[in-house]
Amino acid sequence: MDKTVNQKAWFLVLPVFLVVAFSAVLPLMTVVNYSMQDTFGNNQFFWNGVGWFKELLDPSTDLGGRFLASLGRNLFFSMVILAIEVPLGIVVALSMPREGWTVAACLIILALPLLIPWNVVGTIWQIFGRPDIGLLGYVLNAIGIDYNYVSNEVDAWVTVIVMDVWHWTSLVALLCYAGLKSIPDAYYQAAQIDGASRWAVFKAIQLPKMNRVLLIAVLLRFMDSFMIYTEPFVVTGGGPGNSTTFVSIELVKIALGQFDLGKAAALSLVYNLIILIVCWVFYTVMTNAGVERKVQASSEPAAEPKPSAALKPVPALKPKEGVA
Amino acid sequence: MARIDLVDLAHSYGGNDAPQESFALKPVTMTWRQGGAYALLGPSGCGKTTLLNVISGIITPSRGKILFDGVDITPLSTQKRNIAQVFQFPVIYDTMTVGQNLAFPLKNRGVPKADIDRRVAEIGRLLDLEPYLNRKATRLTADAKQKISLGRGLVRNDVAAVLFDEPLTVIDPELKWQLRSKLKALHRELDLTMIYVTHDQTEALTFADTVVVMHDGRVVQSGTPAELFDKPAHTFVGYFIGSPGMNILPAEVRGREAVIDGHVIALNRAYDKLPAGAKIEIGVRPEFVEAVAPGPGLLTAKIERIDDLGRIRFARTRLGDAKLAARAPAGFAGSDGSAGLKFDPSHVHVYADSLLVEGAA
Repeated sequence: MDKTVNQKAWFLVLPVFLVVAFSAVLPLMTVVNYSMQDTFGNNQFFWNGVGWFKELLDPSTDLGGRFLASLGRNLFFSMVILAIEVPLGIVVALSMPREGWTVAACLIILALPLLIPWNVVGTIWQIFGRPDIGLLGYVLNAIGIDYNYVSNEVDAWVTVIVMDVWHWTSLVALLCYAGLKSIPDAYYQAAQIDGASRWAVFKAIQLPKMNRVLLIAVLLRFMDSFMIYTEPFVVTGGGPGNSTTFVSIELVKIALGQFDLGKAAALSLVYNLIILIVCWVFYTVMTNAGVERKVQASSEPAAEPKPSAALKPVPALKPKEGVA
Repeated sequence: MARIDLVDLAHSYGGNDAPQESFALKPVTMTWRQGGAYALLGPSGCGKTTLLNVISGIITPSRGKILFDGVDITPLSTQKRNIAQVFQFPVIYDTMTVGQNLAFPLKNRGVPKADIDRRVAEIGRLLDLEPYLNRKATRLTADAKQKISLGRGLVRNDVAAVLFDEPLTVIDPELKWQLRSKLKALHRELDLTMIYVTHDQTEALTFADTVVVMHDGRVVQSGTPAELFDKPAHTFVGYFIGSPGMNILPAEVRGREAVIDGHVIALNRAYDKLPAGAKIEIGVRPEFVEAVAPGPGLLTAKIERIDDLGRIRFARTRLGDAKLAARAPAGFAGSDGSAGLKFDPSHVHVYADSLLVEGAA
């Protein structure tokens, strides 16, 4: 291949490089800088090397203990809400009408929770769940269920999970609905002719045709739930005790509560890296499932664009720096 | 396998109260015999797909009944109807292998595994899909996918009929020919009733032993290709089948004579009882009109051009406002721009309001 090499072309990349440098690289580097130092206020910094990182990953230290505990809580939370929201979203999408005015009505009703700002959602549930004046809390207690999210860890968890399901199942449902709508009628007609049961139609047609949107739904919901801050902070404030303290809440406590910028910076870098890695693994695993199928079927090399995998989760960087 | 009877069957997407002129399928009563190869032929939007979907149960007819072997199955769902249908565009179950795709209709009906395997192997062999049976069905070419769809339609050997809805639209012309011959061979081999919807007359005439022509929601004629060619029951059939189509000319018909522009054309039969006030036309295929040098007693037409189709030449002529195609014998050049037309009386038909009138011998 004779390609003309023109080094001047690099200048064309320069504007993008500058924008990315100022918007992402430089802020990130400040965080890296902080993570290597300790400060006692007054803008005095002392070199600490990888000390914070060592501490962070060592459960016997205070920092490490808090970080790993909150990380565990966070992963458990993400798994629970994914396990609820994805199947529930599929069920909701499947039971939505296909045509007529009810479609618009359903879409609007489903979209409503998505339009409410995070802290408003938190406030709604905070009041809704209060045993003294909240409708939910009052009714539950009235019918004999001892429910109090302020004092009971399980109740706090249930509240936070139900709140997230209420807030975000719509997103999964809407994505699935879009996937379902794109299936041509002929598939359903053919399945009818082939005598397929409702379950067979779901397994053979609807689920495979939805797998792209489901991938997006899982990625979005994982990233969002792993970075969750506002809602649990408003409802439980991370309590009772530390039982609903997720990584981001811990991070804010360290950064703004204790003003330990070094520890917070180290934590936020690790936090960030975990999200990147998990998203990358998710993405590769789920796209590879499709690629294998194609390679097997055609024997021609299926060149799936991999680089985009690394780019996809980058938006996750931004909110993190804001927190740090 | 069954005989299928349609009894006063009609369908309107606007409901039964809509005026009958707007019905997508106007009332039809007819019989499809067991084991026949039928083609449902007509232009786009003539109601052929509606009729097919009514038979398969995808659409519930707004009026009338469908009988399979005399049993009314109109209220039954598609699943319970025991019918197979192949659609215009390939439908493939993405997650399954080709073999699983073929087995799907049988598996859903609880057929024993051994029977499924035998059937799938047989259909795979008939459709040349054997090398692919264990491959995933996605990423195959469009025609391989459509073969799978065809296979799913043919895999059940107990179906009342297999319906094809323009199944070869997505296939390359070369393969189209092969697949059509294959279908024809399969029809002989499997002894299934097949109904094949198409708007392509070549496809219809080569596939079917009975061609059902539809026009504007109505079944206008059903017969063998030869019948459709020799004796079109409706001017539309004459015009739609054959290339070029039948010449339709307004004429005055009295007894054994038709008069066009004062010229008398002899007819083989007597037409004395033509309905009063009807629009009377004569129809004659270009193959049975000969263009010769103008002469006395011959209807003279202006030649617009002569089409050479290789095997045969047609003179495209004009008679007043009407166009007429006529066979141009070898040696006829029409160099003076006009031609005399010689009609073959035994192939001149008379139509009243577009419908064929049978004359008296």
